[in-house]
Amino acid sequence: MTDALAIKGLAVEFDDFRAVDGVGFSVAEGESFGLVGESGSGKSTVLRAVAGLAPVTEGSIFVRGEEIRPARSKAFYRRVQMVFQDPYGSLHPRHTIDRALAEPLAVHGIGDAERRILKALDEVGLGKGFRFRYPHQLSGGQRQRVAIARALILEPTILLLDEPTSALDASVQAEVLNLLEEIRRERRLTYVLVSHDLAVVTHMCERLLVMQHGKPVELLTSADLAARRIETPYTRELMVASEGFRREP
Amino acid sequence: MSALLDVENLRVSFPTRSGMVEAVRGVSFTLGRERLGIVGESGSGKSQTGRAILGLTPPHATVTADRLVFDGIDLLAASEKERRTLRGKRIAMVLQDPKFSLNPVMRIGEQIMETLAAHGRGSGAEARRRTLAMLEAVQIRDPERVFNLYPHEVSGGMGQRAMIAMMLVAEPDMLIADEPTSALDVTVQLQVLSILDKLVAERGMGLIFVSHDLRLVSSFCDRVLVMYAGRVVEEIAADRLHQSQHPYTQGLLNCLPKLGQSRHPLPVLDRKPEWAA
Repeated sequence: MTDALAIKGLAVEFDDFRAVDGVGFSVAEGESFGLVGESGSGKSTVLRAVAGLAPVTEGSIFVRGEEIRPARSKAFYRRVQMVFQDPYGSLHPRHTIDRALAEPLAVHGIGDAERRILKALDEVGLGKGFRFRYPHQLSGGQRQRVAIARALILEPTILLLDEPTSALDASVQAEVLNLLEEIRRERRLTYVLVSHDLAVVTHMCERLLVMQHGKPVELLTSADLAARRIETPYTRELMVASEGFRREP
Repeated sequence: MSALLDVENLRVSFPTRSGMVEAVRGVSFTLGRERLGIVGESGSGKSQTGRAILGLTPPHATVTADRLVFDGIDLLAASEKERRTLRGKRIAMVLQDPKFSLNPVMRIGEQIMETLAAHGRGSGAEARRRTLAMLEAVQIRDPERVFNLYPHEVSGGMGQRAMIAMMLVAEPDMLIADEPTSALDVTVQLQVLSILDKLVAERGMGLIFVSHDLRLVSSFCDRVLVMYAGRVVEEIAADRLHQSQHPYTQGLLNCLPKLGQSRHPLPVLDRKPEWAA
């Protein structure tokens, strides 16, 4: 079986700074894969490189076995969509939710917008009452639901999620994570999830890659992580940090 | 132990088009020389509580309280001038994001020296010496170099340490830290917290730690106030948090994904109107 997404020897350079260096992994159809690391580890850049938002200096990216060229085709974006971290920054402040959802349909020449918009809103649990509101009239969690609806409206098979819940309160985070899981089950989607939160990644993903300074550190399954079968000191350090503050005696 | 801060029935309300909205609705607590955590979600009034104590509530809002006393000084009766002398000198505040709360066009060392100058606690060579000592106390390895840097030239963790240095250099009695580590990475977060912890313990300060992160607060503080819709719904010793009685606190703890526990779907918070009553 070909993988939904495969990355080989990926490097991303900005001027003379190597943000990502030699990262490779593959994600099976319907799998959920996590990228973990601190800020500056290059985890988001990997995602952005896949989406065509960061330059690929070296290496190659394959979607269903097909190598992706630097200029992404429209067909690529019908397959691969992205949800960003900041629900406040990722929606146009002067466009209604209706307009935000209609835009991808217009770009891809897909008709039947009326029905699709209502269905997308319904799917993320917002209902049609939200359709003609502006982003500032919504809470952070509701905005993130709109961003998810906008990504889903093209019926992609791969969803790239860049810290989708780190700007949200714990209780809202739980709701959005549940929504993402439910959608993945129903649509058999493939996820690549970036997060600095080990607990969120192990909850959502089957396997994960730990990154540091742009390089891969350790590839492990969530079960390994939960059972603390960890090979590298850096992953262990992250693990300890995620358990909260400890006062030295 | 006499209380450093005594707050009784604190209320902060903001005028809006549809009438007054109360962000803080009758909060009462006392603070000794201890670490007190205030936890809640966005909009729970936790930050406004901290700001009201410091006198940083926006001028169009109204602050009322039955008592708001800091070390024998009635803060509500104090003039703007008196509050200014307290701010920075005896009560200090560490803000969330060093990127936005440090002056971008002033060298870090000068900003710290400014605090000393503003409170008449030395200037010139003496202030410089104290600033460098303070930078060293927050575990900045090369204080001479960092002294001359601008905020954009340092990392988030370093910036936050510089801000802590700035706040502690005047040796305040009470420190309010509003989400001091939320903009930082987990590992850096812990370094900054342990510096804060050490300094608070050494200098015998009172600390109010405002955060949305229940797990972090409970591992760091002695006592935790849980706020919901402008009220304190529960007060609990931090090490007994897992025995909390209030369904809101339990719900908040419960909805976090945990390592090594598979729960699909995650339990979500079922908000009851009576919690806000």
